[in-house]
Parts: sequence; structure tokens; C-alpha cells
Amino acid sequence: MNYNSKKIFERIIELILQASSWFTTLIILLIILFLFKEGFSLFHKSSLEEGSVLVLNKTNILDKINDTDLKNIFDQNISNWSEIGGQDLAINLFRIDDISNYFSDEELGDTLQNMSYCIGKLLDSIPGTIAFVPTSYINPDYINNHPEFTGKIIDVANITPIDFFLGKEWLPTAHPVAQMGALPLILGTLWVSLLAILIALPLGLSVAIYMSEIANPKIRIFIKPMIELLSGIPSVVLGFFGLVVIVPFIENVFKLPVGETALTGSIVLSIMALPTIITLTDDAIRNTPKTMKESSFALGANHWQTIQKVILPYAFSGISAAAILGIGRAVGETMAVLMVTGNAAVIPHSILEPIRTIPATIAAELGEAPQNGVHYTALFALACVLFAMTFIINLLVNFVGSKNKKSHI
Amino acid sequence: MKKIKILVLFVVSSIFCAFTFQNPEPIKIKGSDTVLPISQKEAETYMKKNPTSKITVIGGGSGVGIAAFLDGTTDIAMSSRKIKIAEKIKLQEAGKAFKEVTIANDALSVIVNPKNKVSQLTREQLEGIFTGKIKNWKEVGGDDEKIIAYSRESSSGTFEFFKEHVMSNKNYASTVLMLPATGTIVQSVSQTKGAIGYIGLAYMESNVKALSVSYDKGKSFVAPSVETAKSKKYPIVRPLYYYYLNADAKKVKPFIDYVLSSEGQNIISKVGYIALK
Repeated sequence: MNYNSKKIFERIIELILQASSWFTTLIILLIILFLFKEGFSLFHKSSLEEGSVLVLNKTNILDKINDTDLKNIFDQNISNWSEIGGQDLAINLFRIDDISNYFSDEELGDTLQNMSYCIGKLLDSIPGTIAFVPTSYINPDYINNHPEFTGKIIDVANITPIDFFLGKEWLPTAHPVAQMGALPLILGTLWVSLLAILIALPLGLSVAIYMSEIANPKIRIFIKPMIELLSGIPSVVLGFFGLVVIVPFIENVFKLPVGETALTGSIVLSIMALPTIITLTDDAIRNTPKTMKESSFALGANHWQTIQKVILPYAFSGISAAAILGIGRAVGETMAVLMVTGNAAVIPHSILEPIRTIPATIAAELGEAPQNGVHYTALFALACVLFAMTFIINLLVNFVGSKNKKSHI
Repeated sequence: MKKIKILVLFVVSSIFCAFTFQNPEPIKIKGSDTVLPISQKEAETYMKKNPTSKITVIGGGSGVGIAAFLDGTTDIAMSSRKIKIAEKIKLQEAGKAFKEVTIANDALSVIVNPKNKVSQLTREQLEGIFTGKIKNWKEVGGDDEKIIAYSRESSSGTFEFFKEHVMSNKNYASTVLMLPATGTIVQSVSQTKGAIGYIGLAYMESNVKALSVSYDKGKSFVAPSVETAKSKKYPIVRPLYYYYLNADAKKVKPFIDYVLSSEGQNIISKVGYIALK
């Protein structure tokens, strides 16, 4: 009996363990599914503000205007239709708030019931007009029921993956068409992470070698907790430190007009990646079998030669894994980067220019984006890109790790 | 002994729970971080005066507040921008009628580094600077120094307001630096010589210099202050809103009336914003 109850007990424990691992896996899969579902819906949306249409005069020969031209038209950088292949006619911009410049309140009606009619009249009277109005005033139903309405609704194409991945402008709240080019953000993220790892890796490697091979145990006991302390500092604190100390420092050293640059961001990031790199490298080096070290000494090699020819090659895969995980930390870091890189969405040309990263963009913008709007889904699409980046980095770690096992069996 | 302790704890906590459940349903207020300090202070004093009432105030941004409003998870949405057409249409589709109340005004100051010679700009010049057409301070009467324009993030109501009222709806240049909070803009402008930025009047500090602004092509320049903003002489003033559903009016009206009362408006002045009257 006792034996049986013990067995049942063990079985229950087993089931609980099994259930929790399935549960965790399921949750993770659901999160990924949710992320990609939201992200991909971006490509079913048009960049025109939801619930609005663009209407032209019927004599306008253009049927389609691309997003960039539309942005330039509404920024008044293009002032004549001939500049984008239309007839020689000045462009007249019309937003719904401008209606009071053309019609009196009596003409519009007390509940704005004549709004559609007034917009139609305006479109007819000024042939160069482009009107940006809510669909509630001009929609297909209205046009079918009102043959006298002579405006022409132009289509704004859905956002394509090319627009998103290769677009050079990130203006997600621009009116009337948002610009969702993620290229500057993707490049900015890679740029700042790469630079961070270039700073952090040599430094981290030196510290790890010193700590595990050269330093005497007393110093090691002092340094090790210090580095662990560093990994416990909240990123917002480091970000603030960066803003108040490193930003003015960079500005003065390089005589720059502005200190919020990619370099500033990567210095802060390298500080954050250091503990990961040092701890993992230290472990990898200390995992070198004692017999290998001692055989090297027995062959007459001195300490430095042993480090260089035996320990580092042996620990190579561990060190690579440390470097890649360090990059992973840098790629995903949000708060510190948000505070020190300036967040200007331009494609980086040098390390002394402001840049904008994906995590910073998501953190800064998700709070105010209207839910399920095009901006909201674009941020999810960015999250998918970030997920793909870190996923590839993790695959690399696994790949390097498995290579290590093979070579030492 | 231990059992008794647990029992006592249980009884006490259940009494406590019973008391909290007896109270009327709390009013939930959510949204803009700009309006947050006002709502917090107002809710605090209101609850002190009416001990039976309970108000929860949560920040997160105008968009978050209005999204929660659409989902019905907040009673009042606070916003530093007007509700967008798309959001209005969603509410209409759901058959929810709502009311908009202006509770206070906020003035934006345009700030530069104290070392900067320039002390006044016209609206057209500001537009040129933030759209990237004017790139050097010498073009607007300053030293030969590159202009570094700082803006709030695109998600903030302040960003939208500045774009609509100062930049005549044109888009910001992509070289404009976007910072996540007003405090960081003050910090950056104070340590960068060629910097220009904009902040709420309540956030003004002595380590940056506020510019006088002209909206009549340079005929008259007005410096930002509570007085000039109240008298409408200073042009860059924006309203702050509360949104609530007509169906909730009975629940939230007493609080909103309190905010609009002279006592409530006094609190608004104290927090650093501009009272309606």
C-alpha cells in the first residue's frame, strides 16, 4: 500500500512537471503567434489615416499618387501638379478644418449636414484641389446616391514589405499619409549594437583573462562582485548617467554640435553588455581542463604562451557565445538607448550622428498609438523584426556551442 | 497559538475587504501624462472633501487613455490632444455618445541654450527650423552655429500640437532629435549650445532660455508666461481635455464639476498650468 501511494505521488509530481513545461511552451508560442499576427496585418493596411479619403477634382488626370509624393504635397514641397506628372495646375490643399475659410456656418448647416455638398462644390470650383476628408462625409454610398458629386477618390495602395523594409522615412503620425520606412531604424539598431560589441568585447575579454588566470584570488574576490553589481544597475539609471555625463563628454571631446550620438549609445550599451561577456568568458576559461594547462606547462610553455595557445583556443566557442549574447543584450536594450542616442530616424553615416533604434521606437510610441491603427501594427511589425534579430543571434549561440562539443569529444 | 494568529488575521482581512467593497465604485481616470499631475492633485483634494468617493488616476499617454475609453475600461479619458477622427468613428460605431470637456490650458515655451544670442523668433522661422529648412543660427540673427532641434516623441500630444499650431501641419525633418520626456529636453538644451526645443510652461527651468514668439510675421513678440497665456496674447496655448460617455455622466459629473469650480481651477494654477478663468 505504502509502496503504491509513493508511486502515485511520484506520478503526480511527474505530471505536474510535464504540464508546466507544456504550459510554458504553449504560452511562448502563443506570444510569438500574436506578435506575428499583429505585425503582418500591417501589410493589409493603407498608410492613409483610418476613416479618411483623399479626393481630387474629376478633371485631374492623376488616378494614383504614391506616398512620398503625397507627403511632399501636404508639406507644400510640391506646389504644382505638373511636378508629379499631372497637368500644369497649382495644388490647393484642403483639410476638413479649412472648411470655414470657404463656407459660412449657415451654408454648412447647424449639424454640418451640408458638409458633403460643400466639399463637392469646393472641389468643382477649384480644379487643383486635393481634399483630405473623413469618409463619413464622402464615401462610396454617398457618391452612388449623388450623381451630381463630381470629385474623384484616389486610392492609396496598401503598405508593401518593400515600403516597410526599404523605406527611408519613419514618420508614423504624418498626415494624411504615414511614412513607415523601417530601414533607418533597422540600420540604427545594428549600427549601435555592433559598435557596442566592438567596445565591450576587447575590454570584457581582457578583464576575464586577467580575473581567471592572472589575478590572485584576493583581487578576484574583489573584482567579481563588482562586475556582478554592474549587471544589477537598472538600465534607466545608466541611461540617465549617459545623458548627464557621457553626452556632454562626447560633445566636448569631438567638438560636436550635439552629444547624443550612436557612439554615446554604444558606450552605454557596452557598459551593460560587459557583465554578460565577462561572466561567460570567465566560465569558459575556467572550464579548461587542468590537465591541458599542466601539459602545456610541462612542455616548457610559459604562462602567456599557455593562455594564448591552449586556453583561448579551448575556450573559443564559449567566448564567441559570450560575445553573441552580449550583442543580444545590446540589440534588445530600450531605456538607456532611448535617452542617449537622440532618436532621429536617419540612416547612419558616421558614429557621431544621432540614430534611432527599434526598441526605443516601440517603447516611445506604443503608448499613444491608436489601437489597431496602422501605426500600432507597424510597431508590432518592428517587434517582429527585433524578434527575428534576437532569434538569429540565439541560433548562432547554439550553433557555436554545438560546434564546441563536437571538436572536443 | 499559531492557528489563532491565522484566524485573527483572516477575520481582520475579511472585515477590511468588506469595508472596501461597501464603498461606491471608484471613478477611473486614464490617459495623458501631461494632464496626469492635474488629475492626481484634483482627485486627492476631491477625495479628502468627499471621503466616500474613490478615484483612481493612471497615466500612460493620450492614446492609451482614449483606447481604454473605447474599450470601456476607464470612465474618464484625459488627453492633451483632440480625439482623432478614426477614434471618433469607432465610438460612433459602438453607439457610444461622449462629451468633451476642456479642463485647463497649457502653454508651450520654445527654449534655447542660455548662451544663445537669439531671444525671439517668428512662427515662420520656427516652422523652418523644425522642418529642416533653416539649419544655422546665423540665418535667424544668431552666431554661426548649427541648429540642433529637439522634439518630443511622435506619440506625445505635445508633438502633435506643436506640429499643428506652429508648423502649419508640415512634417518634422527626420534629423530632428526625438526625446522621450520633457525633463530630458530641458537637460539636453541646457548642455548643447545650438539647441532649440519646446516644453510645457510648467516645466520651465532657469538653466534654459525661453524665446518670445511672434505670430504676426515679426510685428510683435510675446514672451511666454501664465499672464500672457491667460490673456491669449501668447499664441502657443493648447487646451487639455477630459472625455466621458454620456451614459457615465451621473458617476463622473460631480468630479468634473469640482475640477471646473473655482477651487478646482486654483489647483490647476498651483500645479503650473493655466486655469480657464
